[in-house]
Amino acid sequence: MTVETLVKPDIVLTGRKVVGGVAEGEALVTRDTISGWGGVNAMTGTVIESRHELRGQSFAGKILVFPGAKGSSGWSAVFHMARLAGKAPLAMVFNVMTTKAALGSVVMRIPAVTDLDRDPLDLIETGDRVRVDGDRGTVEIWKAARSSIAP
Amino acid sequence: MVTLTGEEQAMLDGEQGPAVGKAMELLVRYAEALDAERFVETNNVAGVPGSSTPWLKDYYKQDGGDYRAVFSKFDLDSDEVIDVPRMNAYSCHLQGGMDPTLWAEQGMTEAAHDNFVSDEAQTAAHGIQILKTCTPYIAGNVPVMGEHCAWMESSAVVFCNSVIGGRTNCEGRESTSAAMLAKRVPDWGFHRDEYRLGQNKVDVRVPVEDVFDWGMLGYFVGDAVQDTIPVIEGPIAKASLIRHKHFGAAAASSGGVEMYHMVGITPEANTLERAFGANRAEQVFTYDAAERKRIYEMLNAVGNSTDVDYVMLGCPHYSIEQIAYAAHLIEGRKVSDKSALWVFTSRAVKATADANGYTKTLKDAGALLMTDTCSAISQAVPKGTRVAALDSAKQVHYLPAMMGIEGWYGTTEECIDAACTGTWKGELK
Repeated sequence: MTVETLVKPDIVLTGRKVVGGVAEGEALVTRDTISGWGGVNAMTGTVIESRHELRGQSFAGKILVFPGAKGSSGWSAVFHMARLAGKAPLAMVFNVMTTKAALGSVVMRIPAVTDLDRDPLDLIETGDRVRVDGDRGTVEIWKAARSSIAP
Repeated sequence: MVTLTGEEQAMLDGEQGPAVGKAMELLVRYAEALDAERFVETNNVAGVPGSSTPWLKDYYKQDGGDYRAVFSKFDLDSDEVIDVPRMNAYSCHLQGGMDPTLWAEQGMTEAAHDNFVSDEAQTAAHGIQILKTCTPYIAGNVPVMGEHCAWMESSAVVFCNSVIGGRTNCEGRESTSAAMLAKRVPDWGFHRDEYRLGQNKVDVRVPVEDVFDWGMLGYFVGDAVQDTIPVIEGPIAKASLIRHKHFGAAAASSGGVEMYHMVGITPEANTLERAFGANRAEQVFTYDAAERKRIYEMLNAVGNSTDVDYVMLGCPHYSIEQIAYAAHLIEGRKVSDKSALWVFTSRAVKATADANGYTKTLKDAGALLMTDTCSAISQAVPKGTRVAALDSAKQVHYLPAMMGIEGWYGTTEECIDAACTGTWKGELK
């Protein structure tokens, strides 16, 4: 195996910039939409919503991959507080554009992309290595478990 | 890329001062995140400008730790602290953290109250109207059809779009504070005709008449259509401000409904064809007796003990019509010593309640009429509360989960009865 194949991502998705910049890290993926106010503890970056599949888990320092934002108009302010507390995600990848997700991405000042050519929720799993390039609108994915990828 | 007019470019270049420049900078970043092509002008902004907890002031201690620091660095997301002038748009402050006089009863500390008083003085000094309510549309800010607004508060947003025909997205704190200065919001979403058309259909098969049933239908609709725009058709009667208020708040809580159409009722849905326009219903949902029962059980899923020690009315904030009715129901009765009754409204509506004697009627019965906030917003319930009774689907959605208590959903009559007897006897009729 050459060095090139080692560093080449398994999957590359192309979409549109929400906020520019580049970040690379471990993915945290959910199929549940995320509430800000009443759904997240900004001081720890932990999801607190009852029955949420990420309940009790923190997105701090992760690449957060989720369908979209929901709930109260306090969404951006809660994620903004998470940034101040040092608990923001490294980057965000999401499917449905809303004013909440747009403004939240802007005030967290983290790379964010949407409108990808394939569904990131089908292709990214928690634990995968992901590089989000907001300026180019790309998401590069290195699967944590290569054997799990269907041919 | 967002295209700026000459005036917008000048604002961005700082020609109207550094605060407007920073506001425009944030709005451009926001418009680009949304992929909006231009801005619309707005002169009706509702938000929570500059208000902050002591934690936030402490965080910006090195920048002065005051309103100016919070407004610059948090509201405008600016790297520098700048002077914040009077707002340029007609602006109002939505709900806040405590009652201005009954804060001690709500369990607030003196230090928290001092912070509240100082923030409010700054809000007023910046020309922002102290409406302090989630219902600006019954406290002095009623948009007109087609008016471009920039509002926060999901229950107010859905009312503005659906019932009035005003145009607003569900804005956030930073975008509303910036819009108060720059009088602009991105031309995206509900500001555009094509975005306001129906996407899903809801067929109502049971009569929906009183506030209790309008609230349950709202909760069903949000749960069914999530954040899409529903077109609702069926035997829905007695449409009124309070019914729409409870319906919209519920639909925005169980789903994320920011606009709905009711055929023959709401202004952009005089016919089914008008409501859908070029769209076709992606899905059709049916609300019948079985669904009504399912929603009632869902709303009462966190109720177990019938010993009610707290009854909260006023989510969204009660209108004067509702306060008059609550006062009528409780007149000559007493709140049980095992229970408490708090009713929430805006300061504007409370002034009328005072004049009409309703505040006194409630007080004589052992209930309190409070303003500015609610139990969910301020996380304030009477000490020792374990079981609450509520006449709002939205409040029963949030409060028990936030406070770790049990909750019942019922009619206003059932709630007042529970407050006076200490026992929940609600049932679905």
